[in-house]
Amino acid sequence: MTTSLADVASSGATLRAFLHGLPGVDRVGADQRAAMLGTRSIKTTAKAQAIDLAISMVDLTTLEGADTPGKVRALCAKARHPGEGAPRVAAVCVYPDLVHVAAGALAGSGVKVASVATAFPSGRSSLEVKVSETKLAVAAGADEIDMVIDRGAFLAGDHLKVYEEIAAVKAACGDAHLKVILETGELATYDNVRRASWLAMLAGGDFIKTSTGKVSPAATLPVTLIMLEAVRDFRDATGRQVGVKPAGGIRTTKDAIKNLVLVNETAGDDWLSPDWFRLGASSLLNDLLMQRQKLATGRYAGPDYFTLD
Amino acid sequence: MSMFEYAPAPESRDVVDIKPSYGLFIGGEFTDGSGPSFKTVNPATEETLAEVATASSDDVDRAVQAARKAFDAWSGLPGSERAKYLFRIARIIQERARELAVLESLDNGKPIRESRDVDVPLVAAHFFYYAGWADKLSHAGFGPDPRPLGVAGQVIPWNFPLLMLAWKIAPALACGNTVVLKPAETTPLTALLIAEICQQAELPPGVVNIVTGAGETGAAVVAHPDVNKVAFTGSTDVGRLIARTVAGSGKKLTLELGGKAANIVFEDAALDQAVEGIVNGIFFNQGHVCCAGSRLLVQESIQEELLAALKRRLATLRLGDPLDKNTDIGAINSAEQLAKIRQLSEAGESEGAERWSPACELPGRGYWFPPTLFTGVAQSHRIAREEIFGPVLSILTFRTPAEAVEKANNTPYGLSAGIWTEKGSRILWMADKLRAGVVWANTFNRFDPASPFGGYKESGYGREGGLRGLEAYLDV
Repeated sequence: MTTSLADVASSGATLRAFLHGLPGVDRVGADQRAAMLGTRSIKTTAKAQAIDLAISMVDLTTLEGADTPGKVRALCAKARHPGEGAPRVAAVCVYPDLVHVAAGALAGSGVKVASVATAFPSGRSSLEVKVSETKLAVAAGADEIDMVIDRGAFLAGDHLKVYEEIAAVKAACGDAHLKVILETGELATYDNVRRASWLAMLAGGDFIKTSTGKVSPAATLPVTLIMLEAVRDFRDATGRQVGVKPAGGIRTTKDAIKNLVLVNETAGDDWLSPDWFRLGASSLLNDLLMQRQKLATGRYAGPDYFTLD
Repeated sequence: MSMFEYAPAPESRDVVDIKPSYGLFIGGEFTDGSGPSFKTVNPATEETLAEVATASSDDVDRAVQAARKAFDAWSGLPGSERAKYLFRIARIIQERARELAVLESLDNGKPIRESRDVDVPLVAAHFFYYAGWADKLSHAGFGPDPRPLGVAGQVIPWNFPLLMLAWKIAPALACGNTVVLKPAETTPLTALLIAEICQQAELPPGVVNIVTGAGETGAAVVAHPDVNKVAFTGSTDVGRLIARTVAGSGKKLTLELGGKAANIVFEDAALDQAVEGIVNGIFFNQGHVCCAGSRLLVQESIQEELLAALKRRLATLRLGDPLDKNTDIGAINSAEQLAKIRQLSEAGESEGAERWSPACELPGRGYWFPPTLFTGVAQSHRIAREEIFGPVLSILTFRTPAEAVEKANNTPYGLSAGIWTEKGSRILWMADKLRAGVVWANTFNRFDPASPFGGYKESGYGREGGLRGLEAYLDV
C-alpha cells in the first residue's frame, strides 16, 4: 500500500479516487459508538491519572483580536506552572504576531510555542500569503504551526489544491511540527472528515486537528473518534504515526476524560501522550485543576482559588 | 500494562433489597408455593441470592383462577382506565430503574451498562407504548370493538428477564387480558420485583400473577384448561413441546424461539461501524440473544481486513464484574448454559474451524466464557447451524449478494438478519429476499416497542411489539 500511496496525489483524479475509495462512515453507528464510550466511568486512581495526562496534553490557547503581549505572557506563566504539583501543559497557542512574546516567556520551560497560520481561521488567502505567514511564525520561534485547510476547495472537490497547500506549508515549516486544522464543522459529513484526515496525513501533516474554535460545532466526540480511526489506519498502512488534536468546545474534565477514553479504546496506548494527542482549549485547564484538587483533598475549592489568566 | 487503566467502578448493590426467600404472586399477594423451593444464584460469583418457591400444578391452578376472577372487571374497564395502570407501572419502572437494573445484573450476570442503558429503558418504553394503545383498540384495524382473549399463560426465558416480561405483560394488559407469567428458574427475582411494582401501582388483584419454578411449572401453565392464550419465548425444542400441548385446545399461541442470524458484511460497508455492529450483534448480553448475529457472512474480498479489525476490537472488550460500569461482557447465566457453549465450541474445533479469543483473564469463580471467534467455518459445521447462545461468532465468507442470501437463508431458523453496505438499493434487495422476521440495515440488535418482532420457520410464529403485537392478545 505504501508504494501506491506515494502516487495517489499524482493527479486530482487519482487523489479523488483514493479518498472516495476509503470505507464510508455510518453516522448513526459512529454516534452510537462515541456515546457508548462516553459512558465509561473513570474514577479514583484512573481519574487522577487521566487528569494529569489531560493537563499535560493541553494546548493552552488564546486566539482573540484583543490579544496583547501582556495577555500572552500571563498565559505562558500559567502554562509553565498550572498549579501545585500539576504537570506543565503541552503548548501555548497564539496568533503569529505574538509568537515572539510566547517564545520569550516559555524559553527553557519545555512548553512548546504553537502558532496558527495560513490566514486563520478562514484560510481565505493566497498560497503565497499562507506560506510567508508560516515562515514568519517559525522564524519568530514557533515550534508548531496550526494551519487551516481550504474548506472551500475541499467542498468544491479540488482535493489536489488542498493537498498542495498542505505540502507547501509543511515545507515552509522546516523543523516545526505541522498541525492541520480540518474545521470539521464546515466539512459537515463524517465521510468528509475521514477523507480530509487522510488528505492531511498524505500531504505530510504531523497532527490532524478538528477545529479552529471559531465555528460550531467544533470538536465533537464522534468526529474525534473518526480522526483517531484515521490515524490508526494510516499508521497501519504507512508506518507513520500522526497525532490528533480535538479543539474547541472541550471545557470540562468530563469532556477531556471522554476524549482520553476514545484514544485509549480506538488508537490505543501509543497515542496516550502529549506527543500524539493534544486538547486545544482555554477554560478547560482550570476545571482540570479544580477536579485535581478535589480528588486530592476531597473538597472543591471556590473558583477564585484558580487563576484567570 | 496499559497506559490508562480504568479503576473499578462498581454500581452499588445497596439500592436493592433482596429478601432471603420469595413466594408466588397470586391474586395481588405474595403466597407460599407448595413445591420445594429452589435457589437462584449470582452467576458471576455463584453466591446464592435467594430461595424461591416452586409453584406446583395446584399453585398454578390458583393463579389461573385468580386471573380468571379478575378478568371480567379488568376487561370491562374502559381502555383509558387500563391505560392509567400501565402508565403508572411504566413510571414506577423509571423511578426504580437503578434498583431494577442492579437486580437484573445480579440475577442474570449481564453488565450493568446494558441493564441500565438498554433493558430497563426498553421495559419502561414498552409499557408506555402499550399503555397508549389501550384506549385506541377500536382504531387498530381489528374491527370496532376487538375483545381480549381471557387468561394469558406466559413463559419467558432468562436472557432478558425484565424485557421479556414487558413484551408479554404490557400488550396483554392493554388489550384487557389477565396474565399468569412464569419467569425462568435462573432469573426469577426481577419478575418478583415487578410484582411488587404492580402492588405499588394498585393494579387490581389477579390481573398479573407470577408463578416461579422450572419446566414443570411452565408446563402446568401452558396445559391449564382455563388458559386462553399461550405466549412463550425460549428454545425451539420447548417451543415444539408447547405447540404439541396446545394443539387442538383452541388456545391462541405465539412462539418466539431460537435463531442463527446471519450478519452480512459487504465489501463496501462502513467498516468501523460494521465492526461495532458485529460486536454488538454477538457479544451483547454475552450472546444470550435469540436474534444474535451469530453467523458473520463476510464478503471474501475484505475478509482479512475485517478479521484484523475485529480482532483488534475484541482485544478492547472488558470482561468481568457485571456490576462494574465499565464491563462490556458479563457472566454466562448458568453452569448448564456454560457447558453447552463449551460443548459446541469444542465441536467447532473438532470439525476443523479455527478458534480465537483475545488475551482475557476469566474470574476464578462464577460462569465465564471469553469472547470467541471461529474462522474457516463451513455451512456444514455444527457451529454454523446450531444456536450456541453464547459469545461465540462463526465466520463464513461469500462472493456475491445472491450467495449471501442463499447462505443466510440456509438455516432452519429465521428470526433476524443484518446487512452492512453503503448501497441503499442492495439493502432493499437483500431485505426482500432474507427470510427473517427482523432485518437490520447498518445496525444490529436495535429494539423499539413500536417495531414488531418475531420469526420465520423454526424461530416461531406471531409477532410481539407494535400494532401487530396487539393481534396476539385480541380475539381476532
